[in-house]
Amino acid sequence: MSRYARNFQSISHKEQERLAGARVCVVGLGGLGGGVVEMLARIGVGTLDLVDGDCFDETNLNRQLLSTEKKLGVSKATVARERVAAINSTIKVNAFNAFLTRENAHKIMGQAQVAVDCLDSISHRFLLQEFAQIRNIPLVSGAIAGSTGQVTVIFPDDPGFKLIYGDPRDNKESGIEAQLGNLAHCALMVASLQSSEVVKVLLGRGEILRNRLLICDLMSNTFEVMQLV
Amino acid sequence: MISVDLNLFATLRSFLPDSPKTMTVPPGTCVMDLVTQLAIPEEDVKLIFINGKKEALSYVLQDNDRVGIFPPVGGG
Repeated sequence: MSRYARNFQSISHKEQERLAGARVCVVGLGGLGGGVVEMLARIGVGTLDLVDGDCFDETNLNRQLLSTEKKLGVSKATVARERVAAINSTIKVNAFNAFLTRENAHKIMGQAQVAVDCLDSISHRFLLQEFAQIRNIPLVSGAIAGSTGQVTVIFPDDPGFKLIYGDPRDNKESGIEAQLGNLAHCALMVASLQSSEVVKVLLGRGEILRNRLLICDLMSNTFEVMQLV
Repeated sequence: MISVDLNLFATLRSFLPDSPKTMTVPPGTCVMDLVTQLAIPEEDVKLIFINGKKEALSYVLQDNDRVGIFPPVGGG
């Protein structure tokens, strides 16, 4: 299929088929999630479960790829489904206009091979990790604040977020993004790094950020991979 | 005295001393001492990396250590 012609210098035909057979659940369809959905759809991940109970508002327009003036007030999950269909009609999309909860987690995440954490609150990240670990699937997590971002990959038996945030009870709902806000270029850069990790996990090749945290600070052009354990 | 290379990220950057990067501290100084000396609120210190590896506030600094301190990042 010529749609993937430019992939084939880096991804074999067999690997492309593997991506077509893969199923990924993206939780949160804002600054990070919008970018991740765009990239996973373009590279050809066959089934996407897209989760967000929110609707677009004007404050999203500065950075969220899926938000447009015409879509203000529209469900993020609905817009994400439309965007994937416009990019790549071969992809099956399950759009969930809901926030992930203990009650719906099984239904929403039940069949994905990888979950992607594109959430915007620390407490919800811990919940998502719990759900991913129960489902026995890896979780690719990204977080941003201002010009700073971080990415890690958590496998079912890994300590995960407690290595990054400590005890969940000691955390506020938000990190320093409450002071610094979020910028488009940082959101999309971290979304790119997350998409790269998803592809590597699905294809089983490359160095994966397991028990490691990639930290970037665009103000100082710092990119470092830190060992968490 | 020992020298450490100091990197403070994002909101913590404002706590960097006037002559940043390399700091001189007495032997036996731990990261918590450094945080106190720089007047960084402890609740703003989420991750400490020494030479690229996560460490605790109690870590005792060694000569030429590369110290990175990060606040909590949770936005999406």
